[in-house]
Amino acid sequence: MRLSCTVNGRRRVADDVWEGESLLYVLRERLGLPGSKNACEQGECGSCTVRLDGVPVCACLVAAGQAEGREVTTVEGLPALAAARAAGADPRPGAGEAAEPMEHAESMEHAGPTDGAGARREGDPPLAPVQRAFIEAGAVQCGFCTPGLLVAADELIERNPGPTDADIREALAGNLCRCTGYEKILDAVRLAAGRAAAGQE
Amino acid sequence: MPDARELPDAPAGPVIPADHTRRVPVDGGVGASTRRPDGVPKVTGDFAYASDLWHESMLWGHTLRSPHAHAAIRAVDVSAALAVPGVHAVLTHDDLPAEEKHHGLEIRDTPVLARDRVRYHGEPVALVAADHPEIARRAADLVRVDYEELPVVVDEAGATAPDAPVLHPGRTDRHAAHVPHPNIVHRQPVVRGDVAAARARAAVIVTGEYEVGMQDQAFLGPESGMAVPDGEGGVDLYVATQWLHADLWQIAPVLGLPEDRIRMTLSGVGGAFGGREDLSMQIHACLLALRTGRPVKMVYDRTESFFGHVHRHPARLRYEHGADRDGRLTHLTARIVLDGGAYASSSPAVVGNAASLGAGPYEVPNVDIEALALYTNNPPCGAMRGFGAVQACFAYESQMDKLAAALGMDPVELRRRNAMSKGSLMPTEQVVDSAAPVAELLERVRRRPLPPERPWESGGPRGAAGPDPRELPGGLSNTTRGEDVVRGVGYAVGIKNVGFSEGFDDYSTARVGLRVVGGEPVVSVHTAMAEVGQGGVTVHGQIARTELGVERVVIRPADTRVGSAGSTSASRQTYVTGGAVRNACVLVRGRLIELARRRFGGNGDPVWSDPDLRPFDGAIVTATGERLVGIAEVLGGETIEIERRWRHRPTEPFDIRTGRGNGHVQYSFAAHRAVVEVDTGLGLVKVVELACAQDVGRALNPLSVVGQIQGGTVQGLGLAVMEEILVGADARVRNASFTDYLIPTVLDTPTIPVELLELADEHAPYGLRGVGEAPTLSSTPAVVAAIRQATGRALHRVPVRPEHLVDLAVPDTGLPTPD
Amino acid sequence: MDFLRPGDWREALALRAERPGALPIAGGTDVMVEINHGGRRPEALLDLSALAELHALEHEPAGEDPAAPAGRVRLGAAVPYSRVVTELGAELPGLALAARTVGSPQIRNRGSVGGNLGAASPAGDCHPALLASGAEIEAVSVRGTRHIPVDDFYLGVKRNALAPDELIRSVRVPRATGPQQFSKVGPRNAMVIAVCAVAVALHPGRGRVGVGIGSAAPTPVRAREAEEYIAGVLADGDLWERRDPIPPAAARRFAELVAAACSPIDDVRGTAAYRRHAVAVMARRTLGWCWEAHRAGASDPRPEGGAPCA
Repeated sequence: MRLSCTVNGRRRVADDVWEGESLLYVLRERLGLPGSKNACEQGECGSCTVRLDGVPVCACLVAAGQAEGREVTTVEGLPALAAARAAGADPRPGAGEAAEPMEHAESMEHAGPTDGAGARREGDPPLAPVQRAFIEAGAVQCGFCTPGLLVAADELIERNPGPTDADIREALAGNLCRCTGYEKILDAVRLAAGRAAAGQE
Repeated sequence: MPDARELPDAPAGPVIPADHTRRVPVDGGVGASTRRPDGVPKVTGDFAYASDLWHESMLWGHTLRSPHAHAAIRAVDVSAALAVPGVHAVLTHDDLPAEEKHHGLEIRDTPVLARDRVRYHGEPVALVAADHPEIARRAADLVRVDYEELPVVVDEAGATAPDAPVLHPGRTDRHAAHVPHPNIVHRQPVVRGDVAAARARAAVIVTGEYEVGMQDQAFLGPESGMAVPDGEGGVDLYVATQWLHADLWQIAPVLGLPEDRIRMTLSGVGGAFGGREDLSMQIHACLLALRTGRPVKMVYDRTESFFGHVHRHPARLRYEHGADRDGRLTHLTARIVLDGGAYASSSPAVVGNAASLGAGPYEVPNVDIEALALYTNNPPCGAMRGFGAVQACFAYESQMDKLAAALGMDPVELRRRNAMSKGSLMPTEQVVDSAAPVAELLERVRRRPLPPERPWESGGPRGAAGPDPRELPGGLSNTTRGEDVVRGVGYAVGIKNVGFSEGFDDYSTARVGLRVVGGEPVVSVHTAMAEVGQGGVTVHGQIARTELGVERVVIRPADTRVGSAGSTSASRQTYVTGGAVRNACVLVRGRLIELARRRFGGNGDPVWSDPDLRPFDGAIVTATGERLVGIAEVLGGETIEIERRWRHRPTEPFDIRTGRGNGHVQYSFAAHRAVVEVDTGLGLVKVVELACAQDVGRALNPLSVVGQIQGGTVQGLGLAVMEEILVGADARVRNASFTDYLIPTVLDTPTIPVELLELADEHAPYGLRGVGEAPTLSSTPAVVAAIRQATGRALHRVPVRPEHLVDLAVPDTGLPTPD
Repeated sequence: MDFLRPGDWREALALRAERPGALPIAGGTDVMVEINHGGRRPEALLDLSALAELHALEHEPAGEDPAAPAGRVRLGAAVPYSRVVTELGAELPGLALAARTVGSPQIRNRGSVGGNLGAASPAGDCHPALLASGAEIEAVSVRGTRHIPVDDFYLGVKRNALAPDELIRSVRVPRATGPQQFSKVGPRNAMVIAVCAVAVALHPGRGRVGVGIGSAAPTPVRAREAEEYIAGVLADGDLWERRDPIPPAAARRFAELVAAACSPIDDVRGTAAYRRHAVAVMARRTLGWCWEAHRAGASDPRPEGGAPCA
């Protein structure tokens, strides 16, 4: 069958979709968006978390046909989403943050303890604040859980700019991570939320 | 050879993590918490994991696996499967192209595809390549395999009975001659002193039998990869693995190809923890690609992943400890039986670790340890983080608590009195010749203030509507408002070896280049090290910056165009491949200085004869830091490139009768203190805090080191309270899913404060000590000790299940229970 | 496989009648797991996720029905758990508590009470709360509408009382008239399938206590004997009015009777003996919490814990 939907703001069409395929498979294998991950395909790990009409869901449990005509946001769309929030397209909390063209790819490797700013380089991709916070806090190891966590954490901060630790844990309880023991992920979300609340990024 | 970004017709997205070229200041060197060079692609979704690879003309491979744990194969009929439209190949054992039809890390006992016998539930029997994964699955269902079920061997008694079915008849491996039964893979005693005499002197003796369940690595990125035929009979394989060259050495003979016809490139690896040491889909994808002439992608789903890799050995351990009145250990005996399952994998090395580390980080003058691994029809077991030392640590630390109780002594004090230190002798009589701050690590976790008591622990006021359930055992399931919730505190400490042991030639190779690009000096580091998330690529950049004084470092993709880097396991990569990178950098540095002297030192200026000239901050500087000339100027158009193998100091095999020998390279120590709350009514546990102290020698990247320790700690927590692959009496796996194999969520994990000690090991590069595994050892027994303290229950088995923590009206029947 | 996408409810019913082999799918949280892993290959999927009727949440006023003295909430079959948690905490507190324990936030955003009923797994988290409060299932086909009492709905492991041509339109749950509680145990603090679960609902106006049990028998079950016993204790002592504590011996007996209503098995998630034990403990605790709330005059027994589904 044919599937049309809007992914990260672009209208996309996929043909020859088998009716039993998941939205996750279509994103990864047909639309060239493998950022959403396939760790369990049973809704138990959250690695494939995307937003479907704004709501975080496991893309592996959405039948492809159910996404017809709907809006999907994946990890690949987070910078644009953050930029739109910052531009005031959405009055919800989190506005004021913006997708920044890389200070980060830079700072990522230079991050010497004494070095804060770092020049921006052309060609580095823009990052949403929550993406930057994950890098800075050391929340990324193997990175397989990272895209799903980012989508979930970004939505949490959008909805609840001042989450308590218990709120963060409840909101991210559906995203398994096997590498970090979660401590640095909590650090990253606290960092991103704190910055969003402070209106900086 | 193309890297994956040059795979023809790839859609937007998939890019092999290749050149992490970034401008960096030289102070992003060793000791800094430099950020990951792969961090940005990992947060944007651009990082190409093995399952993300894509090729326009690719086929999907699928594996048909045995539904039985032990059966004879009478016949296989693939005709119906082959007839399915969209199916391009169906392969069985008969299609294997070469004489060699087996693989295996230590013993080549594992059939690539089963021939006339399957030995475990999930063993690969046939392969399908098709246009779509669903077509491949359906076709696999149509392969008719005529099985005749055989009796299963599931435990020691069954495996070593006189009439036991021999699982691998005609063994010729190096352990075959010394094992007492052909169903024993390997047996290693370690004996020291005179246990009988010591026993007679002991004031207190405690014994215990312990059991460790089968833990799974549960890495999140499933086994996957893509094989691309080169059109000339060779193949390119992109894969998530822990050791490219060990894969290659096993793949080539089965394909009947020389190694240089198989080019391997590391794809993004979604965690490993030992589970990618053995081959999974590597040979299968190559076979299908060579047969069809098309690229073949294989991606296991989560269920298949549970069958697609080895697990942590389940173990039964019987210990006896004796001590004098002052709590000094007189002796120890241990019998450690590890279930290796159907194939050997790394069982022999796991046995070596369990035996040699089985006494723990203590001075014990008289020791009698026997460790062995069985062949059974259970799932094959092999490497997982902690590797033989995890099982032993749970038992000896449980014993130390038991001994402390018998002596009426504080458990930490008992450990301190027996703690090993630099200069101590291992039971193997190897001298521990670098820091072994066991007592200090314990003291550091003990000294931490305890988390404040929470109101319900003392039966105090709980608020009108009760406390937040998320703070309590049971969490969101809303099981208690503080009723029956009791706190417990427990301690444990462990010892792990770093690097490959027992005489293994454990080298790594690094190729380091220095050249000018765009007017600036750039270092390139090329190794075959598998970056599985641990941050080795970060450290390589830091080392290059430190040694060569150059900002920009390019980390080349890991592949087999450079020599082996050994495995990303045994906590060894920073030590060994880090050591190789440093070594190569030092050699490049020597050439650079030589070149500088040749080009600029000819004017007789004495500064050029300074023996301490070094590259720093992009220039050649003197010992006092005087800047002489830019590195770019020195190099001009020239490239300096050096590839070298580097080895840590050699080790020896353990004597097969006594266990004597300098078997290990380095030891690593960590201690934990666990604070738990147990709902004693329902048997639910909440770990409130899990503090760790570890000696890391030197933290090359403190942020990464702490991340490793916290991650390892939580894997230990998982083993303590929830993680176990359940195998039925028929040797079939009963919970191959993330629905029923549970790993900790963020609501199950406590705060994990970490204290690092940095006591340099003079034998190791930068004084570092391997980090990854030690925290996985002591975490489990610390949590269990805390649960014991809270409940007063003996708890001889992990994982502890809720039913082990309550008094049941009717005895359990269905599952293993503590003895 | 076909993908059937009915444009409206009537068309959905017609397709259901024409294509009995088509598997209804809404949130997909059960169906897609089976399809992804090749466990199920229906001839077609009947996608109900876009039908407005199934997302409706209606408040039916009190009528003549003595089982629903405060009226009912008509919960569209595809209303996701997350809405139950955030919007129905006051009206259906037991169900809201149960919904908060389902899977993860992502699952709660897709899965629904209707889906839980369609799958009819004994471990479904909603069933005990529906049993305790006396819900009924609105089953519709081209032939007409049936209102199936939840007590009659569960027929066996993953079997329910729906006819092959029927779809669940809604669940009609009596609005709470007293405190309600839900507890479940699993070896993990989140995202865990119930080893067993208990729901208790007080119905002060009717002098009744409803008790539902999950994952401790081939189907979700009511603990009728326990319900009658405790109702008798409360009536005999005039406790509803006096709001005195329940005698500890009576609470213990109640818990024993709830456990006696189970017929659990040993499986990978837990043993039969543990399930009986845990059901008794949870029955005693949840009854206690409900009763404390009744004594305090509170109608919303939700524990504090920040915003639900924060």
